[in-house]
Amino acid sequence: MAGKKDKLFVKGNEAIAMGALAAGCKCFFGYPITPQNDIPEFMSKAMVDAGGEFVQAESEVAAANMLLGAGACGIRAMTSSSSPGMSLKQEAISYMAGSEIPAVIVNMNRGGPGLGDIGPAQGDYYQSTRGGGHGDYRLLVLAPASAQEAYDMTFEAFDLAFRYKNPVLILGDAIIGQMKEPITPREPKAVDPNEGGEWRLESTGGKRDHRIIKSLFLMDGELAGQNKKLQAKYDNMQKFVDFESYETKDAELIVVAYGSIGRIAKNAVRALRKKGKKVGLFRPKTLYPFPSVALDKLAKEGKRFLTIEHNLGQMVDDVRLAVRKHADSALFCVYPGNMPSPDDFEAPILKALKGK
Amino acid sequence: MSRIAVQEERCKGCLLCTTVCPVQIIQQSERINQNGYKVAEVPAASMDKCTGCTSCATICPDVAITVWRSKKPKKAA
Amino acid sequence: MTTKAKAVAPKVAANTASETEELVFDRPESMVDRATHYCPGCHHGIAHRLVAELLDEMDLTKKTIAVSSIGCSVFLYNYIDVDTVEAPHGRAPAVATGVKRARGDKFVFTYQGDGDLASIGMAEIMHAANRGERLTVVFVNNTVYGMTGGQMAPTTLIGQKTTTCPGGRCKDREGSPIRMSEIIAQLGGVVFAARGSLDSVKNIRQAKKYLKKAFEVQEQGLGFSFVELLSGCPTNWRMTPLAANKRITEEMIPYFPLGVYRDSTADGTCGSLVAPAEGGK
Repeated sequence: MAGKKDKLFVKGNEAIAMGALAAGCKCFFGYPITPQNDIPEFMSKAMVDAGGEFVQAESEVAAANMLLGAGACGIRAMTSSSSPGMSLKQEAISYMAGSEIPAVIVNMNRGGPGLGDIGPAQGDYYQSTRGGGHGDYRLLVLAPASAQEAYDMTFEAFDLAFRYKNPVLILGDAIIGQMKEPITPREPKAVDPNEGGEWRLESTGGKRDHRIIKSLFLMDGELAGQNKKLQAKYDNMQKFVDFESYETKDAELIVVAYGSIGRIAKNAVRALRKKGKKVGLFRPKTLYPFPSVALDKLAKEGKRFLTIEHNLGQMVDDVRLAVRKHADSALFCVYPGNMPSPDDFEAPILKALKGK
Repeated sequence: MSRIAVQEERCKGCLLCTTVCPVQIIQQSERINQNGYKVAEVPAASMDKCTGCTSCATICPDVAITVWRSKKPKKAA
Repeated sequence: MTTKAKAVAPKVAANTASETEELVFDRPESMVDRATHYCPGCHHGIAHRLVAELLDEMDLTKKTIAVSSIGCSVFLYNYIDVDTVEAPHGRAPAVATGVKRARGDKFVFTYQGDGDLASIGMAEIMHAANRGERLTVVFVNNTVYGMTGGQMAPTTLIGQKTTTCPGGRCKDREGSPIRMSEIIAQLGGVVFAARGSLDSVKNIRQAKKYLKKAFEVQEQGLGFSFVELLSGCPTNWRMTPLAANKRITEEMIPYFPLGVYRDSTADGTCGSLVAPAEGGK
């Protein structure tokens, strides 16, 4: 890697891989799928150079289960994929959430459903924020809008995963993954070698009782207790809610958008501001926990809302839930398969601004 | 003398042990344990025939049999 | 078969070792002292005990991480006193890959049934074996899905009746039972693959030798090792335990021949290689 503080000109995918390495990631389990291939390709050399383990698994199913195994050992580990592959990873993700195993998972969202296309999309919002697999669980979901954010969020994701003993999802898309931008790398983290020492599997050493990491709870009341514990953990995640608020103070209409669409929408908002339109942007950086409290506050101030998404309308549900006491949200969808530009957003924003 | 002890609360009455004893001294008793299984036993009168070969313990799926073997080839009563 | 040479106070009341006798068979130390949930005559208990005996004898207990699978043996962690992670159905070899890559200095084994390993987990077992992961897989083959109530497994014999092939498995409709040891033995990363059986004292003792060899292969860092154990499931076979053992001897072993299918160490400690069985009957 380049020396610290040097600016690097890299793809978002590479920024994610670099962020993971700087965060002390020691195992990477990958499988090819466009548009995230730069991550396993980068890791296949860099991870080994860093003294870690790289495995190209036989499937996304296997890669996610390898992640489960390494995570159970308290090792910082990561996998990456894109939408169809994410469907396959859901089994292990549910088990990791149920067994409270820390891990970092990257989804560079592409168009769907089915094989869809290899372009950007946000169709996996529900899957990402509602758990995605079977059972009732949540992931911490971070949504970068630039290569730098992709780097920074991945850099922090491992700390969050271990803090909550929960999988953390980085939700990007083909735009974030494939776009080249300058990033400023950070000083590599010094990971505590005893991280997770109170729960991780490392064999008994003949010194303690054996540990069991599992998600099966059959005794009377046991599973309910586990679910209650998990819910308390998800509630506790609220403190890590994060968002970008741009020109919202005097705005009459607030555009809510995340990831690459949030960034494109910001350009549209900026252009409209120059034309004197009182519009602002609210960009959730954490999709779970969702910044509902901040949105509710804006709603209370009398703002109106327009949600713009690269899907048929998924995050808009969360926006409406957040603002429901005082407002509603209009919706503008970019269909997966279409590439949006800032100009595309001006008309719907102006329409919503005129509103009722 | 060589002998075995059947941990009766662990015995599930599968009787596999009765099929492998070279001196055929293991049998099903009339005793029923707390799980409802008729447990295996060696009648006291037959125990001195035990050779300590461990076959019964080897085939027992429930690790319910413990085996002791005479240190000397001849019985020390 | 001596598991503990020293005479310790036995757990059974009114029995004490005297100077004239020695304790020659007792519960291995790494096997938790509790009743198992397995049905009468089920061979999981024997397989567990063989693994536990070897962990003790080879001084591996304190450095072992086990991966349990889905099926009756999911509760392995209740019976063997080692750190254990529970894998999704069929994924134990992938989870174990993650464990071993994360902690290369540990002894890692999976314990899987035939539905888990030979059906839903076919991709994971094949590729872990082919990569030559430094793992040991203990594969318990009882020709049936046990925990879910006796459905047809990939290893169910032709003609065998199960709850999902009530007329008996038909080759034309359901295919032939899969012989995993023969398949695994062909893969590049496999150093040792053998099939034993738990139906008789002689076969149990031989099975333990296979497991020992497999554990040694991992400890020596040579590659992947695999031991299949033919086992009985009296409950789902609708048989007494005695009849179930007879079935293994008379029906299973002829189709699933016992022996060593691969031994790249070629040191002959487990006997010579057996020829792969002929194609399905």
